[in-house]
Order: sequence, then structure tokens, then C-alpha cells
Amino acid sequence: MKRFSEVMKAKTSKMLDKAEDPRETLDYSYEKQLEMVQKVRRGLADVATSRKRLELQQAQLKASADKLEQQARTAVGVGKEDLAREALNRRAGLQTQLDGLDTQRAQLQAEEDKLTLALQRLQTKVEAFRTKKETIKATYTAAEATSKIGEAVSGISEEMGDVGLAIQRAEDKTATMQARAGAVDELIASGALDDVTAEPGGDIQRQLDALSSGSSVDAELAKMKAELGAGAPAPKEISSAGSPAAGEEPK
Amino acid sequence: MILRILHEGQLEVSEESMMELNELDDALIAAVEKGDEGLFHTALANLVNKVREVGKPVADDHLGPSELILPGPDATLDEVRDMLADDGLIPG
Repeated sequence: MKRFSEVMKAKTSKMLDKAEDPRETLDYSYEKQLEMVQKVRRGLADVATSRKRLELQQAQLKASADKLEQQARTAVGVGKEDLAREALNRRAGLQTQLDGLDTQRAQLQAEEDKLTLALQRLQTKVEAFRTKKETIKATYTAAEATSKIGEAVSGISEEMGDVGLAIQRAEDKTATMQARAGAVDELIASGALDDVTAEPGGDIQRQLDALSSGSSVDAELAKMKAELGAGAPAPKEISSAGSPAAGEEPK
Repeated sequence: MILRILHEGQLEVSEESMMELNELDDALIAAVEKGDEGLFHTALANLVNKVREVGKPVADDHLGPSELILPGPDATLDEVRDMLADDGLIPG
């Protein structure tokens, strides 16, 4: 991978702005390093925000999935298999979404971990650079300074190039996830994932409510019938008790 | 000599180990030239794992440049190609 190395080196050495006085190179480079540390911090915060957003969505989708499962149970309980099937179908769709979100969340977590380590490394290097910078400046002689400065600056420039790429990568990933997360948010907001919106397949909860209010009407009817029945059979029994007798009489 | 695995940091590798690494590197280059994503991932993983195995991590406060820079193990063939193409170098 020599060519790869060369390209990377060429990229990072672009950060090496040659100043008239090598000591200015040191200060300039240090400024850039501090900027890079800030940039990594911001990058990390962005990734963490995206990850938290995904986790929030996971929780919302999970709640919807649980609700659908409960509805399926209720539907089975009242013998409406078609409704139960519809609820379970939707739940399966949500589960696919949930699995996808979990993969994305894991990816973001990995980026976050990598950036955290990169930030630690960079901060240590920047601090070492600051110390070295002061030493070089204090004992400055033009002849030796150039090589020492070159070594220190190109070493840290390489680190910055690496971290810069890592951030870019994390930002690209975050941007993709943000777009997807936006789509999922819209889906959640539209209610299409939940049962609230009546679709051609029907609003499961509404149908269940109708069913349960229907069944409570049935239950009341049955109760009334039973009550009436409790009053009515009594004369019947009397008459039926009398009727065999009446029937026997003609015999 | 000092090697860098992108996004992982620098490692010190002895000259003797370099022979072995060169062979794995050849395999990786062949995979890039072939444009075979599967082969590329295997070759890259082999190389990076070997570097991790034979290399000693360089202290974080070390300020020197690396002699060689390797892509991270999760780099894709496209990423590596893009990087090679970026500076006008013809890959392969």
C-alpha cells in the first residue's frame, strides 16, 4: 500500500504551511491543532445526538409494536382472526424497521467510540506538541530547528489528517442516518405505523372498540334476557306443572 | 519502522516483520486491482490483523510521522480507490 501511504502523506503535508520563520510554522500548526480538537469535539457531539435520536425512535416503534401485539391478543380473544392477522402483519413490519434502526445505532456507536479514542490521542499529541514547541523556541538555532520542527509538525499533521478523515466519515454516516431518521419521524408522526389512522385494512383499535362495545351490548342483552327469563319461566313452570296434569286429565 | 492504521493510530514494527507484511500487502494490492470487494476485505483484514499482531503501539505523545499508512479495516474498496484517485494517481 505504498501508493496509499504516499497519497495520505501528500494530503497531510498540505497542512504544513511553510512560514518564513520556522517558529511561525510551530505557532500556526498549534493553532490548527486546537481548531482540530474543537472540530472533533463537535463531530462527537453530532454523532451522539444522532444516536440518541435513533434510540428515541426505537423506543417509539417498540411501543407501537407492543400495542399492536396487545391488540392482536384482544382480537383473538373476541374471535376476530382477520383483525388479529392485520395487527400482527403491521407488527412484523415494525419489527423490520426496528432491526434496521438497531444496526444503524450500532454503527453510530462504533463511530462514536472511534472518535472518542481519536480525540484522546489527538489531545495527548497536541499537548506534547505544545511542550516541544516551547522547547524548540527556547533553544532555537536556525540549523537544527528546521529538522526538529519538520519532524514534529509532519508527525502531528499526519494525526490531524487521520482524525480529519475520521470526522468526515462520521459526518457522512451521520448525515445519511439523519435523513433516514427524518423519514422514520415522519412515518411516526403520520400515524401510519400506529393503528390510529384508518387504512383500507381498517383501524384495528376502532374495530376492536366497536367489537367490545358490541359485545358489551350483547352482554347486556343476554343479562336482560336472563333477568326476564328468570321472571318468565316461573309462570311457565307453573303452567307446565299444570299442563301435564291438564294433559293427563284428557287421558 | 512506524506504521499507521488509519483511525487506529501508529504502531512500531520491526524490519523482520516487514517481509511478512509485504506479502500480505501484495495480496491486498492484487485485490484492489481485481476490484473484488470480498477479496479486498479479506486481504485488508489479514494485513491489518498482522500489523496489530507484530506491531507495538506507539505512545500517544510521540510526534513523528509514519513510514507507511494503511486504510482502516472497515474501509471499502471504493473508499480506497477514491483516495487513490483523488490526487490524480491511477489506481493499480
